[in-house]
Amino acid sequence: MGFFVETLIGGLMAGMLYSLVALGFVLIFKASGVFNFAQGAMVLFAALAMARFSEWANIALGGDNLFLANVIAFFAAGVVMFIAAWAIERLVLRNLVNQEGATLLMATLGIAYVLEGIGQTIFGSEVYPINVGMPKDPVIMFESLFEGGIMINKEDFIAALIAAILVAVLTIFFQKTPVGRALRAVADDHQAAQSIGIPLNRTWVIVWFVAGLVALVAGIIWGSKLGVQFSLATVAMRALPVVILGGLTSVPGAIVGGLIIGVGEKLSEVYLGPYVGGGIEIWFAYMLALVFLLFRPQGLFGEKIIDRV
Amino acid sequence: MIYRENGQFKTTYAADQQIFTIAQDKVFVLGVIAFAFIGIPLLADEYMFRAILIPFLILSLAALGVNLLVGYCGQITLGAGAFMAIGAYAAYNFMIRIDGMPLIFGLLLGGLASAGMGILFGIPSLRVRGLYLAVATLAAQFFCDWAFLRLGWFTNYSSSGSVSISNLSVFGWGIDSPLEKYLFCLCFIVVFAFVAKNLTRASIGRQWMAIRDMDVAAEVIGIRPMWAKLSAFAVSSFFVGVAGALWGFVHLGSWEPAAFSVDRSFQLLFMVIIGGMGSILGSFFGAAFIVVLPIFLNQVLPALGHLFGIEISTAGISHAELIIFGSLIVFFLIVEPHGLARLWSIAKEKLRLWPFPH
Repeated sequence: MGFFVETLIGGLMAGMLYSLVALGFVLIFKASGVFNFAQGAMVLFAALAMARFSEWANIALGGDNLFLANVIAFFAAGVVMFIAAWAIERLVLRNLVNQEGATLLMATLGIAYVLEGIGQTIFGSEVYPINVGMPKDPVIMFESLFEGGIMINKEDFIAALIAAILVAVLTIFFQKTPVGRALRAVADDHQAAQSIGIPLNRTWVIVWFVAGLVALVAGIIWGSKLGVQFSLATVAMRALPVVILGGLTSVPGAIVGGLIIGVGEKLSEVYLGPYVGGGIEIWFAYMLALVFLLFRPQGLFGEKIIDRV
Repeated sequence: MIYRENGQFKTTYAADQQIFTIAQDKVFVLGVIAFAFIGIPLLADEYMFRAILIPFLILSLAALGVNLLVGYCGQITLGAGAFMAIGAYAAYNFMIRIDGMPLIFGLLLGGLASAGMGILFGIPSLRVRGLYLAVATLAAQFFCDWAFLRLGWFTNYSSSGSVSISNLSVFGWGIDSPLEKYLFCLCFIVVFAFVAKNLTRASIGRQWMAIRDMDVAAEVIGIRPMWAKLSAFAVSSFFVGVAGALWGFVHLGSWEPAAFSVDRSFQLLFMVIIGGMGSILGSFFGAAFIVVLPIFLNQVLPALGHLFGIEISTAGISHAELIIFGSLIVFFLIVEPHGLARLWSIAKEKLRLWPFPH
C-alpha cells in the first residue's frame, strides 16, 4: 500500500510539471488559436538563457552571491523571452492572420527550429546546470500510517508547489486584471475584441510573453532536475497528451489533465510495464488521452464543439 | 501562345474525362517521365542518385500518401513516420519469414499491413477532429517507436536492434547499383502517382474532398463519414507504408526505429504543406524542397563562411542550418500559404495568355 501511494504521489508531482508546460500551449491557443509546437523549444531557449545568464552573472559578481545572480538571470531571461515574443508576433503571426490551423501549426514548427538554432548558437549546446537552490534530498513522511513511510522527493514537492502558485497567479491575472480581460476577449472573438478597441497585435505579444515566462519557469524547474540540454525541447511531446486531455482552451484542464497523465504514466510503468518490456510511459499517456477523447472529443474541460451546416 | 486548349474539341465522354484533357499537358507529363527514365540516368552521377534522387523519389511517394489524407480528406496527421515504420518492418518480416517471397509482393504486403494499422489508428478520427486528432495520431508514432524498439519479434531478435535486408532482386534482376535502385523506385512512384491522381478524380476522392470541406454537410448529402475517413486513412497508410518499405530496403539497406522517428512525420507534413495541400504535383515539389534544402545548406554554408573569412564549426553549421531551414519554412508559409503547387498553377495561367498581357 505504501508503495502504491508513493507511486501515486510521484505521479501527481510529475503531472504538475507536465501541466506547467501544457499551460503554455493553452495560453497561446486560447488567445490566438495557434497550436504552438514551439513551446518545447521555448522551454529550452528560456532554460538556456537562464542557465548561462546565471553563470555569467555569478562570474561578474565574483561568485559569492548566487541568489542575486539568479535573480539577475531570471530578469535577463525574461527580457529575452519578451524579445522573442515580440519578434514572433512581428515577423510571423502578424503575417499569418486568418490562415488554416495546419498552416499555423507548421509555422510554429518552423519557429521551433529557429529558436533551437538561435538558442544553441548564442548560449552554447552543452549540458548546463541550473542551480536555484532546490533541495535534492528525499524526505520520508507518514511513517505512522504506512510501514516504512513514504519517500517524497523534496525537489518535486517544491516544483509542484511553484506550479500551483503559478496557476493561481495566472488565474487571477486572467480574471481580475484589465490586460487579462482583454486577453480573454481576444480569445473569445478576434473581430469583436478589435471592434471595441483592443489592439490585437499588442495582445498577442503579451500572451506570447506570458507563455514565454511560463516556459521560463518550466525550464528552470525541469532544468534544475535534468540539466539544461537539447532533450529539454522534447518535454513538449510529453505535455501534448496533457493538453488534449484537459482541453485546448482550458487552464484548469491543463492542471487536471497533467495530474491524470502523471498518475497514469507512473502507475502504468510500475504495474504494467514489466509485463511488456518497460518504457511504455510515453505512448501510454497518448493512449490514455485518446480514450478520454473518444468520450469527450473536446477534452475534459474544452469548449463544446458545435457543428452547423 | 503555345499553351492553349483552343481547337481541342472533345467529341466523346471518354475524351472529356481523360486525366490530362489538354494535349500540351499530356505531352509535358510524358516528356517528364521519359526524361526521368532516360535522361537522368545519362546525366546524374552516383552521388546524385544516392543522396538526392532516391530519397526524393521515396519521400515523394510518402508525401503523396500524406497528402491524400491531409490535403484531400482534411485529417491532419502527425503519425506518418509510424506508418513508414510499419511498412518497413512488416515487409521485412514478410521477406524473412516466408521463403521465396518476391520483393514486390513483400513491399506491397508491407503497405497492406500499414493500411490495416492505418484503419485502426484512424478510428479516433470519427469522433475527434482537427488539432485534437493531430495530437491523437502522435499516439501511433510513439507506440510504433516503442514497439519496434522493445518487442524483439518484429526485428527477428537482432541483437543490435537494427535490421537489414540484402540481395534485392526482381524477376532475376539484381538491384544493387544506385542506378538500378533509382529506376526501381521510379517505377513505383510513377504507378502510384497515377493511382493517386485517378483516386482523387474518382468518386472516392470526391467523397474525401467533401469531408474535408465540411464533414457535417457531407454527411447530410449522403456521404458516409466512417467509410470516407477510414478509406482515406487506409489508402494513405498504404502509400506511406510502401514508401517506408522502399526507404528501408532500397535507400537505407539496414535501419533502426530511429529512421522513422517523429521528426520524419513532421518532415512529411512539411512537404505536404510547403508543396501544396490537395495537389499531387505539390507532393513532389514539397519533397524536392525538403530533400534538397538541407544538402544545399550543408554545402553552401561552409563555403560562404570561408568567403567571409569565418571558420564555422560543425556544430555552428548545424545550428545555422536549423535557423535557416526554420525561417525559410515560415517565409514560404507567409508568402505562399497554398504551397508551391499554387505558384505552378499561377505560372500556367500566365502561360496561357503569353505573350499577350490580357
